[in-house]
Amino acid sequence: MLTDQEREEIEAELPHYPRKQALCIEALKVVQRHRGWVDDEALRDVGGFLEMTEHEVDSVATFYNLIYRRKVGRNVIHLCDSVSCWVMGCDRICEHLKNSLGIEIGETSDDGRFTLLPIPCLGDCDKAPSMMIGRELFSDLTPEKVDEILRSRK
Amino acid sequence: MEKPLTEHIQPGEPPLDLAAYERTGGYEALRDALRSMEPREVTRIVEDSKLRGRGGAGFFTGMKWSFVPMGENAPREKYFVCNADEMEPGTFKDRYLMECNPHLLLEGMILGAFAIQAPTGYIFLRAEYHKSEEVLAHAIREAREAGFLGKNILDSGFDHDIHLHTSAGRYICGEETALLNALEGRRAIPRAKPPFPPVVGLWGKPTIVNNVETLCNIPPIVRNGADWFKGLGLSEEAGTKLYGVSGRVNRPGMWELPLGTPLREIIEEHAGGMREGYRFRGVIPGGASTDFLVEEHLDLPMDFASVQKAGSRLGTGTMIVLDDRTCPVGMVLNLERFFARESCGWCTPCRDGLPWVEKILEDIERGGGREDDLGLLQEHSKFLGPGRTFCAFAPGAVEPLQSALKYFEEDFRRHFDGKGCPYHPQPAAAR
Ligand SMILES: Cc1cc2nc3c(=O)[nH]c(=O)nc-3n(C[C@H](O)[C@H](O)[C@H](O)COP(=O)(O)O)c2cc1C
Ligand code: SF4
Repeated sequence: MLTDQEREEIEAELPHYPRKQALCIEALKVVQRHRGWVDDEALRDVGGFLEMTEHEVDSVATFYNLIYRRKVGRNVIHLCDSVSCWVMGCDRICEHLKNSLGIEIGETSDDGRFTLLPIPCLGDCDKAPSMMIGRELFSDLTPEKVDEILRSRK
Repeated sequence: MEKPLTEHIQPGEPPLDLAAYERTGGYEALRDALRSMEPREVTRIVEDSKLRGRGGAGFFTGMKWSFVPMGENAPREKYFVCNADEMEPGTFKDRYLMECNPHLLLEGMILGAFAIQAPTGYIFLRAEYHKSEEVLAHAIREAREAGFLGKNILDSGFDHDIHLHTSAGRYICGEETALLNALEGRRAIPRAKPPFPPVVGLWGKPTIVNNVETLCNIPPIVRNGADWFKGLGLSEEAGTKLYGVSGRVNRPGMWELPLGTPLREIIEEHAGGMREGYRFRGVIPGGASTDFLVEEHLDLPMDFASVQKAGSRLGTGTMIVLDDRTCPVGMVLNLERFFARESCGWCTPCRDGLPWVEKILEDIERGGGREDDLGLLQEHSKFLGPGRTFCAFAPGAVEPLQSALKYFEEDFRRHFDGKGCPYHPQPAAAR
């Protein structure tokens, strides 16, 4: 079941749309914000509220890369791997992240602190290479800067 | 030089709040329009201004608005949507406008909504733009409190409200009909066209979708008139453009310049030329899905018509520079990997063709390439070209590929016969 808090946050958006199914993506984002990721139960909870089957909700959830259908770490690192960042050396940053965390792209570190995922262009191309963790954007990355950022995250 | 989009803002400065925006003449155009203009007149000024869409396709904005059914028998429900998805790789212009001058965008949207008589507007914002989200949400609240949004705006009898919709990722959401499906809460698969959104759009109702930069041009056009706007361009084309440069130049960044500013001036003067030790080899002029331009094009005026004549597209006007120490094949591989990953999967040429292209390019980079691969890549450029796929994503995806084959063929060949990449012989970590 959706928690009262989740329900309230989803309902706040209801008046903005003529059909409640339009809230599907928003509802998934709300649930993910509270639960960390979207498991099968979350699909049923959202579906129950929006009068959709869990499979309908899943077909939406699996389309969008920022809806996580697998458990993720406390910090999800989204490293930009688009063209401007590539020219400016994001491969090197990626190798550094993988070595420091002991994981490949798409994996979560054993201590559950970090998940490493690629992301299309973050619109920060004049300060490439860039990455995003949670709601925070980090620019002009160097391996040293990455170390510092990783250290500062619980 | 006039800079209607950026004259009051600076990168890194806090956004103009409502009071500051009004001190710059903000919302005067809206007051004027609501007081003394018919909706159709607003559309006519925009038509006369010859403003072309800044989201990539360059469609005439006023003409698009004129397709919306008007009058007594037109549907009451209509929608005005701002495309703030900005996911075209190498593009970072809309974010700047939203984060620094959010009311300019809101005023443009309200004027557009008035022109087509739409009671509801949405800003479709990409998920990753958290700062833009905060700034816009605050600006919308300010505008509502001041009576620029809501019922009976400025006592004109016109109702309009704007809702901020944040996305959940995927580049295809920027394609306007995919965007409409995403706004409806569905998978963002493009829709068949015709019918076009101005007639059948969001929930089947007439809908206008315009880019952020396009809409930021509306208030100054309404305030200063079509002739003023036409006078801003250096060439035949009207207005200014936000041009951006990234890559190994001295000062990567973004500048508002007259439409038609020569490529050389943008790269050498504004971006400060190439970094010490690097030479210019080419540029993708308007985001990932445009054809390379090379040295012979440096004196090209960067406007829609001139860039098209040179075989590419102005696109978003934000360019990515290729230098002489970066492998063109590697760069194209990066681009095609992006497109393969972001294909929505609806139609076969795109869903299956792009991963194939990616594999071939990967193979070439690793030294497994052969002469026939060039033919295979050429073929794909054709089979994924205009008219063969369900939307414009795939044709865009092969633009950098087909032009790289044309301008950098020699570089492809230098990879053949087991040689691998002559530019990046060591693994990534060692670079
Ligand atoms: C694959 C694809 C992605 C697109 N992404 C964007 C985008 O992120 N932002 C945008 O404004 N237009 C984007 N467009 C263009 C839109 O479909 C549409 O033409 C544009 O929003 C119309 O606005 P304009 O006329 O003001 O430029 C994209 C088009 C395609 C085919
Ligand atoms: S061309 Fe690609 S992105 Fe467009 S509909 Fe076909 S599969 Fe989807």
